[in-house]
Amino acid sequence: MAHRSKYPPALILRTLAAWAVTLLLFFPLGWLVLTAFKTELQAISVPPLLFFTPTFDNFIEVQDRSDYLLYAKNSVITSVLSTLLGLALAVPAAYSMAFFKSKRTKDILMWMLSTKMMPAVGALVPIYVLAQQSGLLDTQLGLIIIFTLSNLPIMVWMLYSNFKEIPHEILEAARMDGATLWQEYYRVLLPLSIGGLASTGLLCLVLSWNEAFWSLNLSSAKAGTLATLIASYSSPEGLFWAKLSAASLMAIAPIVVFGWFSQKQLVQGLTFGAVK
Amino acid sequence: MKRLLPRLLLTPAVASLLLWMIVPLVMTIYFSVIRYNLMQPDVTGFAGLENFEYFLTDPSFTVAVVNTLLLLGSVILITVLMGIGIALLIDDPFPGRGIVRLLLISPFFVMPTVNALLWKHMMMNPIYGVLAQVWMFFGATPVDWLTDFPLLSVIIMVSWQWLPFATLIFMTSLQSMNREQLEAARMDGATYLQQLRYLYIPHLGRSVAVVVMIELIFLLSVFAEIYTTTGGGPGDASTNMAFLIFKQALLNFDAGVASAGALFAVVLANIAAAFMIRMVGKNLDK
Repeated sequence: MAHRSKYPPALILRTLAAWAVTLLLFFPLGWLVLTAFKTELQAISVPPLLFFTPTFDNFIEVQDRSDYLLYAKNSVITSVLSTLLGLALAVPAAYSMAFFKSKRTKDILMWMLSTKMMPAVGALVPIYVLAQQSGLLDTQLGLIIIFTLSNLPIMVWMLYSNFKEIPHEILEAARMDGATLWQEYYRVLLPLSIGGLASTGLLCLVLSWNEAFWSLNLSSAKAGTLATLIASYSSPEGLFWAKLSAASLMAIAPIVVFGWFSQKQLVQGLTFGAVK
Repeated sequence: MKRLLPRLLLTPAVASLLLWMIVPLVMTIYFSVIRYNLMQPDVTGFAGLENFEYFLTDPSFTVAVVNTLLLLGSVILITVLMGIGIALLIDDPFPGRGIVRLLLISPFFVMPTVNALLWKHMMMNPIYGVLAQVWMFFGATPVDWLTDFPLLSVIIMVSWQWLPFATLIFMTSLQSMNREQLEAARMDGATYLQQLRYLYIPHLGRSVAVVVMIELIFLLSVFAEIYTTTGGGPGDASTNMAFLIFKQALLNFDAGVASAGALFAVVLANIAAAFMIRMVGKNLDK
């Protein structure tokens, strides 16, 4: 590298193009971050301000006005617990289908995925009625159950395509040596599939954190997640973009930063066995 | 034991999904044939096919079906084409590739409500929005996006959210390409277009199928973006099936009609699922 003093023109061109596209696509998000640190007047100034003295007032006001921490707590609890519950259901199912393939395995997989294709709104009225009658409306438990079930097909699918990459022989060898099911799982399968488990869990966490349909319709002041908090900022037409941006930034920052750190891991499992 | 165990492990997931599907479905079928308006609790009884007739003859219905398909088709087309383009662009190393990757995937982690509000206000506002400023800079009249092009606006928002996902999948798929084969083709003087046509595109086929499948699942039920921005309007201009059913249920309080609509959504989803299974099912067998 060091001895090459000049970049070839093709590389320069490619670099410029890549950066241009990236900055264009990232711009809305970058603008959101900038606006969060502006005063309300700066936020709507014409022409738009790029340089200004940042203020933190918006963040403080969002917390005062709408109890950000309560919603954040709900988001963390519902997404983490639904991910764990989902893994507990999906791992055995995926294991069973990947290593004890039967004639119906493919049908079951397709059926699972097709339940995910039914628009959630199709089940809105019944689920709303059920939640109301069982007292699960606007509770964390209600959201956890629903997030788990709506992510389950994707989780099973991801884990299945991950488990399928593991050679059967290894598991059979362990079984021959007299390993119990738990040992077989804990000592052999888990170390081999930890990447797949991690990426499945990560995706599920992201999906639950960002889930908006069920949380908008089934939760409000008590169990509302950050997605509902943000939606409540949409109604007034008054121009308070700086506060909206601050609230938005507070809602997405945890999961975006989390996503950045785990992207390598996440990507591996996201391919659904498409990359060979 | 040998046969029992796999079933035992499979049962919790299958049973809970079955409940999750069957119970609401049966209730929906039941609600769809009775008179059930939350605002008129005294009006009850068997309605026959009235609710279906009402939902189907509602002029909004056709609009909603068309909008659903337009949204689905456009977003899939945009994200697949642009995703492949970007993935090819950043496939080989260049300065700052790691940062570019991070920035590119970021919108995928943004929740739909934030995405929607961000675009509605800061980008698309006809007076103070960034797009309006850009338009004015070039001497054009700013566009009132959400009023004049509501469906297009929703398509832009949803595409922006899903493009990173498509890009990521294509990027990962390209990494697994046979480098020696590529080198050989380059040595033999294959032009970039030839490489694209005979090496890159065939290699990406499988991941295109996956992207289409996953997006199909999520895009059939786009809701939050419409709910927080246009509210389905103006008129029905940006109403899709999901939002139309929501409108019947929670804005018109007519659970009966909403349930009839929901059954249509199920039919629509099943058509899409059949299409998906034909396309992706082959890939399952390997």
